[in-house]
Amino acid sequence: MSSTFETVANIIAETCDIPRENITPESHAIDDLGIDSLDFLDIAFAIDKAFGIKLPLESWTQEVNEGKATTEQYFVLKNLCARIDELIAAKSA
Amino acid sequence: MRLEYFQMVDKVLALDLEARTLRTANTVPDKSPIFEGHFPGHPLLPGVLLFEIMAQSCGMLLLRLHNYDRMAFLASVDKGKLRTFVVPGQVIEVFAEMVHDGSGYARLKAEGRVEGKLVCNAEVTLKTMPFPAPELRGYLLETAERIGMPMDAPAELGSAAPASAGNLTHV
Repeated sequence: MSSTFETVANIIAETCDIPRENITPESHAIDDLGIDSLDFLDIAFAIDKAFGIKLPLESWTQEVNEGKATTEQYFVLKNLCARIDELIAAKSA
Repeated sequence: MRLEYFQMVDKVLALDLEARTLRTANTVPDKSPIFEGHFPGHPLLPGVLLFEIMAQSCGMLLLRLHNYDRMAFLASVDKGKLRTFVVPGQVIEVFAEMVHDGSGYARLKAEGRVEGKLVCNAEVTLKTMPFPAPELRGYLLETAERIGMPMDAPAELGSAAPASAGNLTHV
């Protein structure tokens, strides 16, 4: 997860011009870092490319909108990285 | 083009489903009320409409790749460049290329040329979602027919997003 987090944090820092030191595993991308949905598309694009996966943003968003999940499950960075690791593992399985 | 109706794409010149590219031809009309204001004595196609032409060409490609089961909406234009004036009567050929088809969004590159000379280019991000109104899908299928979009072979949806969808604007 640590290397995943480093990659994701660097992507966020570069994409959104946020100081790297402000980005921690506990950071909430929306509430703490102030990333909006449009900026998150850029981040998702970079994550997809970096890890060779496709973040299921649509289904996540749908679950959040329908109250079936919280934003913390997907947008707190340590949780986001855990999802990314799962997608990587699923890809190579 | 029918500028007042935002019908920017006139004709499909080439579609490559495997390479995920589309080439369109788009003729700037000789007359339009737009040219009365933009500008008197010096009619120019507004630069925002050059971006619209590129965005619509990208949208036509994306819709075709998704077999018209989803609508595409413009989300962002990055690295946009307007390189020279485009005037009434000129034909703009737009080349659109899919860069990445994500989940609920897609990133494409587009460029427009007049007589081979590059006049505009940009990276376009489109948000995709199920059609919000059935008549919209019908309108776009009519548009596909009007512009000569090849519809014989279905696109491979393996890398495309699923039909069920949420709404990224609510993240």
